[in-house]
Amino acid sequence: MSTRLATGGRFTDRGKQIGFTFNGRRFTGFQGDTLASALLAGDQLLVGRSFKYHRPRGIVASGAEEPNALVGLGQGARFEPDQRATTTELFDGLVAESQNHWPSLAFDVGEINAKLARFLPAGFYYKTFLWPRAFWKHLYEPVIRRSAGLGKAPHPEVRDADRYEHFHVHTEVLVVGGGIAGLQAARNAARAGAQVLLIEETAHWGGRTPVDGGRIDGREPEAWVAETVAELEAMDNVRLRLRCMGAGVYDHGYVLGYERLTDHKPGAPGPRHRLWRIRARQVVTATGAIERPLSFAGNDVPGVMLASAMRDYVVNYGVAPGDRTVVVTNNDDAYRTAILLKKSGLDVPAILDARPMGGGALMQEARDLGIRVEPARGISKVLGGARVTGVAICDQAGGGSMLEEIACDAVAMSGGWSPVVHLWSHCGGKLTWDADGAFFRPDPSRAPTGADGKPFLIAAGSANGHLGLQEALACADGAGKAAVEALGRGFEESPVPRAETTEEAPLLPVWLMPQGARADLRMKAFLDYQNDVKVSDIQLAAREGYESVEHAKRYTTLGMATDQGKLSNINGLAILSDALGAPIPQTGTTTFRPPYTPISFGAIAGEARDAVFQPLRRTPMQDWHEASNAAWEIVGQWRRPYCYPRPGESRRAAVNREITATRESLGLLDASTLGKILVKGPDAGRFLDMMYTNMMSTLPVGKCRYGLMCNENGFLMDDGVVVRLSEDSWLCHTTSGGADHVHAHMEDWLQCEWWDWKVYTANLTEQYAQIAVVGPNARKLLEKLGGMDVSKEALPFMTWAEGTLADTPARVYRISFSGELSYEIAVPANRGRAFWGKLLDAGAEWNITPYGTEALHVMRAEKGFIMIGDESDGTVIPQDLGLHWAISKKKEDFLGKRAQQRPDMARGDRWQLVGLETLDGSVLPDGAYAIAPGKNANGQRNTQGRVTSTYYSPTLGKGIAMGLVIHGPDRMGEVISFTAEAQDETRDELTTVEAKIVSPVFFDPKGEKQDV
Amino acid sequence: MLILHCPCCGIDAAEIELAPGGEAHLKREGPGSSDAALETYLFTRDNPRGVVLERWRHAYGCGKWFLAARDSVTQEVYGTYAAQTHAPPQEIVDRITARHPGWTGAH
Amino acid sequence: MSDVMAPMADARSDGLISVEALPPQGQISLRCELSDDYRTKLGALLGLELPEPLGATREGDRALLWMARDELLLLLPYEQVPEMLERLGSTFEGWFIAITDVSDARAQFRLSGPHLRDVLAKVTPADMSPDAFTPGMVRRSRLAQVAAGYWLQSDTEAQVFVFRSVGEYAFQVLSLAAEPGGEVSYHEA
Repeated sequence: MSTRLATGGRFTDRGKQIGFTFNGRRFTGFQGDTLASALLAGDQLLVGRSFKYHRPRGIVASGAEEPNALVGLGQGARFEPDQRATTTELFDGLVAESQNHWPSLAFDVGEINAKLARFLPAGFYYKTFLWPRAFWKHLYEPVIRRSAGLGKAPHPEVRDADRYEHFHVHTEVLVVGGGIAGLQAARNAARAGAQVLLIEETAHWGGRTPVDGGRIDGREPEAWVAETVAELEAMDNVRLRLRCMGAGVYDHGYVLGYERLTDHKPGAPGPRHRLWRIRARQVVTATGAIERPLSFAGNDVPGVMLASAMRDYVVNYGVAPGDRTVVVTNNDDAYRTAILLKKSGLDVPAILDARPMGGGALMQEARDLGIRVEPARGISKVLGGARVTGVAICDQAGGGSMLEEIACDAVAMSGGWSPVVHLWSHCGGKLTWDADGAFFRPDPSRAPTGADGKPFLIAAGSANGHLGLQEALACADGAGKAAVEALGRGFEESPVPRAETTEEAPLLPVWLMPQGARADLRMKAFLDYQNDVKVSDIQLAAREGYESVEHAKRYTTLGMATDQGKLSNINGLAILSDALGAPIPQTGTTTFRPPYTPISFGAIAGEARDAVFQPLRRTPMQDWHEASNAAWEIVGQWRRPYCYPRPGESRRAAVNREITATRESLGLLDASTLGKILVKGPDAGRFLDMMYTNMMSTLPVGKCRYGLMCNENGFLMDDGVVVRLSEDSWLCHTTSGGADHVHAHMEDWLQCEWWDWKVYTANLTEQYAQIAVVGPNARKLLEKLGGMDVSKEALPFMTWAEGTLADTPARVYRISFSGELSYEIAVPANRGRAFWGKLLDAGAEWNITPYGTEALHVMRAEKGFIMIGDESDGTVIPQDLGLHWAISKKKEDFLGKRAQQRPDMARGDRWQLVGLETLDGSVLPDGAYAIAPGKNANGQRNTQGRVTSTYYSPTLGKGIAMGLVIHGPDRMGEVISFTAEAQDETRDELTTVEAKIVSPVFFDPKGEKQDV
Repeated sequence: MLILHCPCCGIDAAEIELAPGGEAHLKREGPGSSDAALETYLFTRDNPRGVVLERWRHAYGCGKWFLAARDSVTQEVYGTYAAQTHAPPQEIVDRITARHPGWTGAH
Repeated sequence: MSDVMAPMADARSDGLISVEALPPQGQISLRCELSDDYRTKLGALLGLELPEPLGATREGDRALLWMARDELLLLLPYEQVPEMLERLGSTFEGWFIAITDVSDARAQFRLSGPHLRDVLAKVTPADMSPDAFTPGMVRRSRLAQVAAGYWLQSDTEAQVFVFRSVGEYAFQVLSLAAEPGGEVSYHEA
């Protein structure tokens, strides 16, 4: 059984017991345990069920590569699925549950899939669930969804209890990985004076060398690590971070680091995760190597584990995953596990070495300890279901005939090592096949390159394919020096640390065990544990013609699980290349994509949630709107009052009340969001003549003019009132959503096309609070405030004046978007709130009524004024909207003029603006299409127009609308049919509503009310 | 995530401080131009695999437009230069042709 | 002055750094060529050295910030703005220059505390390291999702400005970044 040893555990503090639960059962572990080591200490071998066949699965690894031990962690607002037990540090009160099982972990209904395994081959989903289409919605999808998937998503109503943040760092050298290679590389770079950031994904420095043994500069690796870390910590130019994973490498030396701050102490103050957004001039990846499983039947039975992981559990946590462990290997390194187990007082009944002659000095050492070594042998199959009970051994060379059964409760396997080349590959680094080590390694001649075209990434140590201790140190030593050289810094020559370690005999690549395994064995030999991809699946895919590795991957799902094929990649590739009869390097490898292991959505979002999910722009009067129970309309990043419902009043009623009050007496609108762009300089008039379709240079000082702005494609982009402030300056009002865009548009043309024109712009949108005072009593209110002559004579329609109103410096524009007598008043934003209050106080006698955007929209629609974004949608030209009067015929040029002469713009059957009135007075549905006879080539009904704005007009007591209709202005009085509401696609008949084409100006067509 | 040197303020700006503006050195075609010339101006873009000359605005910084010569495959930046030019400066052309012998530019 | 209310008036939070909204601040945007004749005239009028690119100069309650190669921002007491606009206008009569009052267009915050650089590095991609961003420098960049300017006054104090409408957003983001428990201890030695 799997137990805690009497002694040992580098990381564990046996004085500190920790209680936790797994599937409701209480366990104890020690401070320093991972969830995996503590479960193993409690003999909990079975930790989950596989994805497809629901096979029992146990812990197979000890780090980030773990494919099986995924658990749901935490509860309520801190529940998170798919957490690896091997990288989860134990804390008191931890609650974990296994995944993908029903109704219980021990008894799982889905296991029946395993019995049907031969009916669930590669590409099963693609082959089976094709037809009939209707079955998808009601049969296939629900079934697949229930039996597939890993962890449960958190409940949609639950809010993550934690906070997250980003951190931007610029450094000269980033070293990813805190093993001996990373430490040595960092030390060399730091000694040369470079700024160095060293990050390590686990909670410990030193990587796996302290477990694997050997000596560095005459000391135990642990001592060397401690000394090196101490030296680095003492240097001002070095920053060290544990629990910070290098997640991804991107263009120009951009690297994401994923720091887990409180995962091991939930609820502690501060952010849970911090996403490091690192800009490094040089990156050293010292990310180590991952041991590969061997592909034999039953290699997924709980109790089968990577040989190196087993060493980790013994040395780091004092946990023995088994009492009797059979070791199976194709290399010398796994002998270290056998020797360690034996020396720890555990039984090692046999070492099965697939190599014909076995290994070297380590084999001798094992034999000297009395361990039985069987060269040229392998495992035919593992015995046992929920846990290992023994192995059937066979000749590696044969088809799997059993020679002998050996009873055991654990199997330690090693198929060799693969460098962790993920970060190297993320940004385009290429790989080369190393035939001796049987792995892909970084090709230094094809490293990722940066902005200067030179490599910015250096792989170091075993991540670069240097698995031996001395080779790894030498490689890392060189990497650190190369990094500072690339920065143009010098360094002092220093010797490479001297390693002592046992020499190893060469590895023999073994991709299938036994070499000629029978079909029944291949169907139980797993490559990808998480996605249940077996040797037989890859072979089938090859037979079916999936020759590209990328296709085979997607067809079989090999390497597509959350572990992204860390264990399965090379083994699967080798099986594929064997089936295709092509060498591995020619078969190639799939693409490595960030992140290295999954990172939390919280970390990606950073602080952007809740109140600061996105910026909410506020006008100077926003607090008044909030206090006045405004309903909101989102306009870009502004939130504008839609209306101000009174207690018990519906929105509809509020809008009608606001309109009626404004039309009959006095309304007040916060128009501060309108864009206000100052354009100034000797060439400003000429410039605005290019920006607007109409003539702005001739606008007299003191006057206002409505203008249209088009893009070079001729389409209407923005509109607003332009004000001539002085001989050389104009103020351009834009739409609320368009201010930043229009300002950028102006700057673009000024800087990039007419750069010799003398014009400056300034976006003054936020300098002013702007308030529209609207209605028949508007003038009376301003006169009451006092300070300016606002009479018809002094301040006629479409003029402006500057002065002081109610002791407030103000610019008053006599412009109207409602058809009423109207003044728009701009005051310094700091005074906006106070001025708003003065208007409210002074206007009380006329029942002054603040109104929102909906009343604004209805009133402008009653007047037939267009709204950018309603009547225009990026495909509409001003001519479509009957705005010819605002398009200068005198000007030789303006933006969009040439494009408006394109044949498509000039054709006669464009949809054009009209007013629409339903025959029954009802309100047309927004966006409804006008139906034309017949169908088009796709069998869709023909259309002849659509509704662009539609409202109930309380002024007229009926529905009014604007729309674009073919030949519309020529069809006044004609009645056409509009689709009534969302149509049921299964029914062919239409519900329609009839509307008459009328003038878009519904109210005061002569404009008498606004010009009084 | 590019870093481009803004020649207008001297900052090495991260991509998230910048706004892209598409292909550089387009010749504006106004009234009087042919339909073919207008089409080229408005719609026909090279989008090459390799050297691109493009417009960027240091939108979150000094607000100025500048031009960049970049390799769309390797992300090598041959240089950034003033928007008020009709072609990249010679030193940038030299750097481009060192990598892409025979490169003659987009237009 | 009771009618005058700066954005986020009186807002303050204290965490890893203190974030305080500043009272109304006079701000005049000057857009012109920064050639010798403009510089001489401006310097004489303002009694201030002209800042180097990405820099700022200050004298008493006035400061001049470099915003772009053709843009400076003059900071001065709020109530002195009308008079200064007059003086600038008459001094540069007939010159090509845009002198614009933007005193109400921005929210200004004072940030102070030993964790200043670390907190700023949480919200801006600009390099906040002591080598790259030295006291006296002005850096325009992002503050989370909005544009911001950072004027570093010492290693532990900075003035930050954003558009007025996003003053509350900026205050909340900065206060959140400064919440205790979020120490990074990166830029502090």
